[in-house]
Amino acid sequence: MLSAIGVSSLDDLFADIPATVRATRFEVPPPLTEQEVRAELARLADRNALPRISFLGAGAYRHLVPSVVGEVIGRSEFSTSYTPYQPEVSQGTLQSIYEFQSLICELTGMEVATASHYDGATATAEAALMACRLTRRDRIAISSAVNPQVRRVVETYCSGPGIEVVVVPADLAAGGSGLTGPDVAGGILDAGFACLVAQQPNFFGGIEPMRELAEAAHAVGAQFVAVVEPTSLALLQAPGEYGADIVAAEGQPLGIPLSYGGPYVGLMAARMESVRQMPGRLVGATSDAKGRRGYVLTLQAREQHIRREKAASNICTNQALCALAAATYLTAVGPAGLREVAELSVTQARHLAAAIEAAGLGERRFSAAYFAEVAIQLPDAARRHAELARQGIVGGYLIERDYPELRDTLLLAATELTRDEEIDAFVAALRATR
Amino acid sequence: MGGELTVVEPLIFAASHPGRRAVRFPVASAVAASAAAGQPALPAAQLRSRAARLPEVSELDLLRHFNRLSHLNHAIDLGFYPLGSCTMKYNPKVNEWAARLPGLAESHPLDPDELAQGSLELEWLLAELLKEISGFAALSLQPAAGAHGELTGLLMARAYHRSRGDAATRTKVLVPDSSHGTNPATATMVGYSAVTIPSNDRGGIDLAALKAALGPDTAALMITNPSTLGIFEDQIDQVLSAVKAAGAIAYMDGANLNAILGRFRPGEAGFDVMHFNLHKTFSTPHGGGGPGAGPVGVSERLAPFLPGPLPMLADGDPEAVIRNAWRGRSTPDARFALEAADARPSAIGRVRSFTGNFGMFVRAYTYIRSNGDAGLRQVSNDAVLAANYLRVQLAGSFDLPYDRICKHEVVLSGRRQKREHGVSTLDMAKAILDHRIHPPTIYFPLIVEEAMMIEPTETESLETLDRFVETMRAIAEQAASDPDALRGAPLTTPVGRLDEATAARRPDLRHEFGAT
Repeated sequence: MLSAIGVSSLDDLFADIPATVRATRFEVPPPLTEQEVRAELARLADRNALPRISFLGAGAYRHLVPSVVGEVIGRSEFSTSYTPYQPEVSQGTLQSIYEFQSLICELTGMEVATASHYDGATATAEAALMACRLTRRDRIAISSAVNPQVRRVVETYCSGPGIEVVVVPADLAAGGSGLTGPDVAGGILDAGFACLVAQQPNFFGGIEPMRELAEAAHAVGAQFVAVVEPTSLALLQAPGEYGADIVAAEGQPLGIPLSYGGPYVGLMAARMESVRQMPGRLVGATSDAKGRRGYVLTLQAREQHIRREKAASNICTNQALCALAAATYLTAVGPAGLREVAELSVTQARHLAAAIEAAGLGERRFSAAYFAEVAIQLPDAARRHAELARQGIVGGYLIERDYPELRDTLLLAATELTRDEEIDAFVAALRATR
Repeated sequence: MGGELTVVEPLIFAASHPGRRAVRFPVASAVAASAAAGQPALPAAQLRSRAARLPEVSELDLLRHFNRLSHLNHAIDLGFYPLGSCTMKYNPKVNEWAARLPGLAESHPLDPDELAQGSLELEWLLAELLKEISGFAALSLQPAAGAHGELTGLLMARAYHRSRGDAATRTKVLVPDSSHGTNPATATMVGYSAVTIPSNDRGGIDLAALKAALGPDTAALMITNPSTLGIFEDQIDQVLSAVKAAGAIAYMDGANLNAILGRFRPGEAGFDVMHFNLHKTFSTPHGGGGPGAGPVGVSERLAPFLPGPLPMLADGDPEAVIRNAWRGRSTPDARFALEAADARPSAIGRVRSFTGNFGMFVRAYTYIRSNGDAGLRQVSNDAVLAANYLRVQLAGSFDLPYDRICKHEVVLSGRRQKREHGVSTLDMAKAILDHRIHPPTIYFPLIVEEAMMIEPTETESLETLDRFVETMRAIAEQAASDPDALRGAPLTTPVGRLDEATAARRPDLRHEFGAT
């Protein structure tokens, strides 16, 4: 090959790298055979002490990943293809995304959904920026009961174009509702705001008055951005029913493993009238000259590869294989299965809260109804949480890490995987740390 | 749409029958239900009025549907995929084995650090390896993709300028006219205006034009090296000096790192910041459009601004940890932790939740350890060898806009076929599909007329390359002898050319339930 090219050595192919900038070191360890690299990865995996009992949620949830999901995303025709720029040989990917878009629209009650974003936090940030473009306003309001990591990401994205982020304080006093008050929101919102962002269920598991919050936003001509937990939509009202303009969500609960925080999948949905300001890829149905139905990336004039500096967002690679996992999950569980997941999560969260209260170990911090996550107040929570962790029990999330005013409060999540024995063992262990 | 069209594979909704499902769940025990009854119920007014019409299918029907869909895709695991700029190399399956290890796959990102020592050590080791490979002083794994890394890089550039008091005047980001669309799109997202710098006739950035554009109003230069033409910037030292002299930040788009492993370390050369594409150079699967990962490496002066929290070695000697890890051993007294939230007050803030696309870190770490120093050097040697081989073999059939040694990709032009026979690069790309080969990237970079960007990667055999050469030569000949055949291509794919104009004019973006 070298002689075909007309050079005498490989180094000749790199002669155009100026001598002053050539690498002077490359101290990467030597190669490993398959058995050696497997041993190394097993070493690292073994260094994780997976808890034997966990009630940890706070934005990422331990749900069943049905076996069939791994089968579908394990097919290398899906995993080793790329962005479907040549649709004739990408109909597998394109049709599966069209089905995904359809499922997300149906779940959220909205008219159009994108092919995915990096995660729920960036989807929320992009939704806020989309609202600014739609309204041509440069301030956004966000409830303090929205997941703190989501709020941090929204702040970072808004800092780009200089959008001001105003926090609407939720009622977080002890014994308070733990919810965002529509009157409080209304008192803050004015015609300078592009949107109000609220989360359902909120970070504390509380069930927010979303319809009234939407009305408060609409009263000043602002968009209402609903950040939702997807399994809750089996039981709770779809955002399209209560007047959401844009929906963002973390799709991890839909068949995606915890995997120390990623890859996850951001969901975004909106009304058709806003579609030209929507960031991200969209797949549309069409046909070929022989009358065969097919799917293509469409409305690409919004995107970076066409519009460059005028694009709605810079997003290119998204989370397609995770979107496929979510679509497979929703198809595998169906409406009945999703309902069962939600009902069992809701029941077990209540079972957990009741067991803690009955044992006199703690009480609910907030008065409002909650979904499958609940904030429990108990003395000396930080020390006891650490002691339980040493025993392989993760007693939820220590809320004071993000809300310093909410000391001695644990955020406990339950899912369909939560077993009665785990609740009993947790209560006993918690009692022993008193 | 509907009745009159031939459907290749029906939508999953067509297989739905009431009462079917693939997965069932337990019901709550009597004990649980009784305990729950005393807690506040879900408010009736906020319950869903109508269930979502998710499909009701058996596991078998579900699996057949997705298997048949998968058969409609071309993929690296089926055939050659020389999509320029994307680095469609083979994804080793041991990476998948590693990512599925329960100890890693079931690790919750908010678990107390002492329960996540494996996850933290892996992130820390991967960061050390990426820093060594690139020559940068510090690194964040957080960004989820290359474009996300670009956003992170420009936000850090702005934070840097703010810290020096001249952010208000530095409003421009310079990008070459050959740049990937994400570069100017990112500039806009950060509130900058993008200024385009022309390329010279050798395919490098026009140094005089760059120097003329650089000034006190320049925040950054974003440059890809090798460029999107597959050509190494042989004046990169002068480019970097000029950018530094103007007080601007030098950003390298690391999409083309596959060309230069072991030969050029951007951090060592003087770049301030670079994003990696783990789904390109480091073999994590492309997934039909993600997930990727776009870690950013930075020089010392940008380190304070990295998005965190970063994984750190809280106790223990870093040299010992590295030495042991390179031998496959743990260091007993080493303790890893996520840095405190306020550890670096100048940080730009979070760009996403948690620490990043950890599942891709596992795969990239496995790839780097498998290849090692010799393997990674060979990756670049073979990638560059393959691209240059294709360059010389195809230069007789197509115009070669820049007749010089390329790196891991080569850009050809279909303008001869267009002018002489009315056959476009698009037509020729569609014809390639009939040969079970994925076409190169077409119509990019924008500065080459009828562009075809070919990136073979290092994982293809000589036989595969030669078959591609034969195919391309045959298509070039067909352009002359039978252009109508090319304009009708593809003929053997599941669908033919699709009506994209109507798809955009009359968007049909979701299934209409009730219409089948």
